[in-house]
Amino acid sequence: MTFARPAEPPAALADRSSFIAFFRESAALAQVELRKLFRDPTELFTRAVQPLLWLVIFGQVFSKVRGIPTGQVSYLAFMTPGILAQSVLFAAIFYGIAVIWERDLGVVHKLLVSPAHRASLVVGKAISAGFRGVVQSFIIYLIAFAMRIPINWNPLAILGVLFAVALGSAVFSTFSLVIACIVKSRERFMGIGQVLTMPLFFASSAIYPIAMMPHWLQIFAVLNPLTYLVDSLRGIMIRGGQSLHPFAADLAVMALIFVILAAIAAKLYPTLVR
Amino acid sequence: MDSDTTLRPAELHAIATSSLTRRFGDMIAVDHIDLHIPYGQIFGLLGPNGAGKSTTIKMLTTLLDPSSGTALVAGFDVVKHPAEVRRRIGYVPQMLSADGGLTGAENLMLSAKLYGMPRKERNTRIAEALRFMGLEEAAGKLVKTYSGGMIRRLELAQAMLHRPTVLFLDEPTIGLDPVARHTVWERLQDLRRDFHMTILITTHDMDEADLLCDVLALLHRGKVAATGKPADLKVILGEEATLDDVFAHFSGGSIQEGGNYRDIRQTRRTASRLG
Repeated sequence: MTFARPAEPPAALADRSSFIAFFRESAALAQVELRKLFRDPTELFTRAVQPLLWLVIFGQVFSKVRGIPTGQVSYLAFMTPGILAQSVLFAAIFYGIAVIWERDLGVVHKLLVSPAHRASLVVGKAISAGFRGVVQSFIIYLIAFAMRIPINWNPLAILGVLFAVALGSAVFSTFSLVIACIVKSRERFMGIGQVLTMPLFFASSAIYPIAMMPHWLQIFAVLNPLTYLVDSLRGIMIRGGQSLHPFAADLAVMALIFVILAAIAAKLYPTLVR
Repeated sequence: MDSDTTLRPAELHAIATSSLTRRFGDMIAVDHIDLHIPYGQIFGLLGPNGAGKSTTIKMLTTLLDPSSGTALVAGFDVVKHPAEVRRRIGYVPQMLSADGGLTGAENLMLSAKLYGMPRKERNTRIAEALRFMGLEEAAGKLVKTYSGGMIRRLELAQAMLHRPTVLFLDEPTIGLDPVARHTVWERLQDLRRDFHMTILITTHDMDEADLLCDVLALLHRGKVAATGKPADLKVILGEEATLDDVFAHFSGGSIQEGGNYRDIRQTRRTASRLG
């Protein structure tokens, strides 16, 4: 049985070059991720355990050391933005494993056969990671409040924190996606994820000022995106907190890193199925 | 873009390949394949694991660039105009790719948005696809509660939502029980009848090849060993011949042989998830 060539797809389906289509696709992908997260929010609660331990145990003990110059604020207040940034990093850096899982299920194949923009497949994931980061921030605000850490309750400052956290989550989840596209297997990914998290954490100003580091480590710290996330948070999250760079400059650095990583990830994403 | 004459679809074949070849290092996975599949045909690529079926489908669906040769799908070159090809094809991978954490309707809504379907059309198209595949009652349930056959039908619903010209299915009934398999075959025939879709499937199942496909190409080590209607292929070896005999005749081996570790692992994984 054969037929004549069928009619062309309607014009509405044809116009896909616009930015609007790109944002619609990204939003649609982020929406399904979030819907799944809210159906099973266990992950959000288990992720709260680690920052709790850092603040309650490590923070309390190191408060007694008094060898770390933290300016006008207590050590606990100094490290709170650092622990928020750390929990963002630890959650986002393993985000890419989902894409390896989706590849084994054929989901990635299906997405790549669709006419959706390659970049929207990456940005959709980043938006959803950003949202997870925001939820994580609420939990850390609660812990900090319970520990009587002097939080800056100015609504604009809180909005600034949430925005910086969303951007930082987008950066690290996209970084994770790039790694996933390169290694392509869960086992290798877990290994590399473990290897990366601690150096990124220690080579940042999360739990001590950069000025205390040996010179060679300071160079890493300057190149480390986590440093800029911590710095942006330190200036606005805590009363009396001081950052090294202006808030806008920290955001600009993170935004630039995100754009570069997203471009790389969009380029590598199709190689997942080859 | 419409004024560009190179973008006008060719009229004759839904799929036309010329010396289509793909190498992975020294290994030639697909070796100079020529296929000419008219619009409205159900065409089967038949062969054991590792014969080159999946690699061929990946090239035709723009997932993998050919090493040499050309392929036109729905009239467009897969390398020069991949975006035009993607708008005109639907694809159901071998693995179960519907999202278990979403409901059937949510899976379909995601597809509708990714294919840029206008807002006012989405719900009618989704309702139509659900009805077509007999999934109306299950639409609001999470896909992880579906049976294997229901998941396959949902994936077909996703793939037909934008009314593709050509539908690609990689081992569409692998791991399904006989009743579910027959349902999938019927739905595929309905899709061809009602929407004039051209359907290309890969299979290593002789019944599927015999009962569903109009024309077959027997793939062996990346080459087309024989091509023709199932009945014509059997006639070559006499009245009593089965497709198994035909395959053995042309390839010198059984369809159950072959395949590398990854192919077989994937097949088994799909089968076990369904079973």
